[in-house]
Amino acid sequence: MPAPIRLRELIRTIRTARTQAEEREMIQKECAAIRSSFREEDNTYRCRNVAKLLYMHMLGYPAHFGQLECLKLIASQKFTDKRIGYLGAMLLLDERQDVHLLMTNCIKNDLNHSTQYVQGLALCTLGCMGSSEMCRDLAGEVEKLLKTSNSYLRKKAALCAVHVIRKVPELMEMFLPATKNLLSEKNHGVLHTSVVLLTEMCERSPDMLLHFRKLVPQLVRILKNLIMSGYSPEHDVSGISDPFLQVRILRLLRILGRSDDDSSEAMNDILAQVATNTETSKNVGNAILYETVLTIMDIKSESGLRVLAINILGRFLLNNDKNIRYVALTSLLKTVQTDHNAVQRHRSTIVDCLKDLDVSIKRRAMELSFALVNGNNIRGMMKELLYFLDSCDPEFKADCASGVFLAAEKYAPSKRWHIDTIMRVLTTAGSYVRDDSVPNLIQLITNSVEMHAYTVQRLYKALLDDISQQPLVQVSSWCIGEYGDLLVSGQCEEEEPIQVTEDEVLDVLEGLLVSNLSTPVTRGYSLTAIMKLSTRFSSINRIKKVVSIYGSSIDVELQQRAVEYNALFKKYDHMRPALLERMPIMEKTASNVHTMFFGGYVWYYFFTLNCAFLSLAIPPMTAYSKNGLKIEFTFERANPNPNIAVITIHATNTTEADMTEFVFQAAVPKVSHDLSVTFVLEWPSQSPDLNPIENLWRELKVRVAQQQPQNITALEEICMEEWAKIPATVCENFVKTYRKCLTSVIDNIYRNFWTIKRT
Amino acid sequence: ITFLTLHFLSSPAIQIRFILIQNRAGKTRLAKWYMQFDDDEKQKLIEEVHAVVTVRDAKHTNFVEVRLYACLSCLQFRNFKIIYRRYAGLYFCICVDVTDNNLAYLEGIHNFVEVLNEYFHNVCELDLVFNFYKVYTVVDEMFLAGEIRETSQTKVLKQLLMLQSLE
Repeated sequence: MPAPIRLRELIRTIRTARTQAEEREMIQKECAAIRSSFREEDNTYRCRNVAKLLYMHMLGYPAHFGQLECLKLIASQKFTDKRIGYLGAMLLLDERQDVHLLMTNCIKNDLNHSTQYVQGLALCTLGCMGSSEMCRDLAGEVEKLLKTSNSYLRKKAALCAVHVIRKVPELMEMFLPATKNLLSEKNHGVLHTSVVLLTEMCERSPDMLLHFRKLVPQLVRILKNLIMSGYSPEHDVSGISDPFLQVRILRLLRILGRSDDDSSEAMNDILAQVATNTETSKNVGNAILYETVLTIMDIKSESGLRVLAINILGRFLLNNDKNIRYVALTSLLKTVQTDHNAVQRHRSTIVDCLKDLDVSIKRRAMELSFALVNGNNIRGMMKELLYFLDSCDPEFKADCASGVFLAAEKYAPSKRWHIDTIMRVLTTAGSYVRDDSVPNLIQLITNSVEMHAYTVQRLYKALLDDISQQPLVQVSSWCIGEYGDLLVSGQCEEEEPIQVTEDEVLDVLEGLLVSNLSTPVTRGYSLTAIMKLSTRFSSINRIKKVVSIYGSSIDVELQQRAVEYNALFKKYDHMRPALLERMPIMEKTASNVHTMFFGGYVWYYFFTLNCAFLSLAIPPMTAYSKNGLKIEFTFERANPNPNIAVITIHATNTTEADMTEFVFQAAVPKVSHDLSVTFVLEWPSQSPDLNPIENLWRELKVRVAQQQPQNITALEEICMEEWAKIPATVCENFVKTYRKCLTSVIDNIYRNFWTIKRT
Repeated sequence: ITFLTLHFLSSPAIQIRFILIQNRAGKTRLAKWYMQFDDDEKQKLIEEVHAVVTVRDAKHTNFVEVRLYACLSCLQFRNFKIIYRRYAGLYFCICVDVTDNNLAYLEGIHNFVEVLNEYFHNVCELDLVFNFYKVYTVVDEMFLAGEIRETSQTKVLKQLLMLQSLE
């Protein structure tokens, strides 16, 4: 049997393959050869074969038939074998397969091997892919190695311990004694890994955290030495002494100082020192500064230090390196709530970042800008943000538009400014605004009574320009429907009123109905708007005609509306003016506005029109009454939060029998995020339903009925008799079965009653 | 129409989830995983990283936040970030938790690459191909259990030479 080809050969051969198919063929051939070699239990070349297998695995081909061979390699005495074996184990085995447990014994032996490099291999493998069982078995060995004087092994053992703790948190206690002297190490590598170990322990266990708080002074000292000490060639990176260690220590300090005044106090000086002395010309220095800033913001630092930190972030924003700008924006976003004023000082720099080329920087800058908007800077900020909205990528437009609306709502200096801003958003990014913006805007417009004429004029003009952006079109249609009379009579005060006739307005609305660009929802809006104009315009006949045409529209929603409106013209003409009159000022609840615009059923529409806004309460409504089951809805405002509408369902069973399999489904349309459903089973205390005495009354009733009393006195006598006759055993039985009765009630509630499907 | 689902977080975040070296064509030159994944999940991750990283150029930052909806079942992966750096035709990517210090890991990558450069004497992609098992050794000398282990280049190189002499 010729010797299997060398690894280099194989790699070279595979790389000559010109097509995927050719490569696959070569791989298959080699795999077959390797398989037969494995079958022959060839010790000499096992290592070579597994190495080749691993290479093929890296290219994406299956190699799991080599798993057991890896184990054999690990068990071998030769270092080269072990090394490939462990690598194979890390690449091919995973802890979900039982095969890996076979490694445990080998690893155990190797952890006690005489050669430190073998021990190192074992530690490394355990630390990377050891399962919980393996960790449990071998934790003791790792702990031993943590105390050894060999720094090469100590480093590995420390991180291996970290892995063990992650897998089996209960074993953390075991490593506590070994941590006693870790920080007095001179060796940077050991120090580094020890800090990592301590960090892990503190993050996982509040007790450990308390225990290790006393290390703060020591950590501060180490950090100080690092900064002050001169050039240390081994750990130097661009003139800074072991930045990685500095970063880790800062991180540990952060965890220890969090919510503890004394520790935070002890760190103040060193943090200030690092913040001011670190060289910032290269990324390294900035990495340390960044970690320092994070620490300062997280612990209970004094305000001077916090301002220092934010100023560092402000300086980062001016840095040429975009990574650093990005990192600064991210951190500022986190601190803007707590240190608002300090961040405000850097507002103009932040706003400049909106023009950055990198997408992630732009996003951060946008979020931060919105967080910084307040009553004082609203005009200036909005100018920048609207400019951003015009020119940004589509992925930002929706969020930016929502942000603008929210900010405008909170801080608008005047109603006119507010409406102008909204108009600007709708015309520039109209197709990206979210679905719920439309009802919100409509509500805003309705409530700005003095601006109605101005608003409808501007919206009308916008419609003349462009009917492709649906939210704009919807809001405009709605406004024209409501305030068309103001438009036609030229009442606008804010700007030059335009001359427009009723027919022109109806032309525009009808144009929306027939246009291909309009969605069904938009058409619904237009039709309703046209209908409303029947009470505001004089050209009723034209409107009647339009409405009757759409009575046979293919679109079911449109058809239904048209038919109902037709009915309104014919049978219910007396109701028409009242129903279509101007909307009153709305209160700010999402659900109200919702049902009005998205509810399909006219009776619901009328009902909410008439009742919802004019009175505070909506009267109860019987939704279902058939076969003895009656379902009633009652509506009220929640107390103390009146922005919540509480809908209560009363289900009554008037039949003799129980009703089972009662399933309640709530379908929640996408738009109403604010619907939350809680189930309160109304079962007042002292309720007779579950009182065992009721059973006794029933027993009495049955017995008395058997006697058939003819008059009241007889009834009284018979009652007293029969009551005395009820044996004690009956009562005992009721008591005994009470528990079962209760549990069965509970089961039935949860099983049969409420099934929520929020689909 | 939204779906309500609940997930439970079973363990807090590990530092480094994986380290990848890929070339521009998407071929993996090294894949070191510090978390358990199925083979197909690994493949998906590799493809996702490749797709996200290769479209970025000099005007982008070296950090990408990725959202993976499709394959991974554990919630903690919804938001993770890749810190990457391009050296010639190779992308060196480290996947860490969103809260980690980007700049420090960027330094970590550079440190690692400098060691490779020293070890292989002006390393190129072919070196990584033909000596893949040695590259894994370098990784294992510098990282362990998802953490940076040894940062001193001189020390690491010394260890590597020792290991080499044992072969």
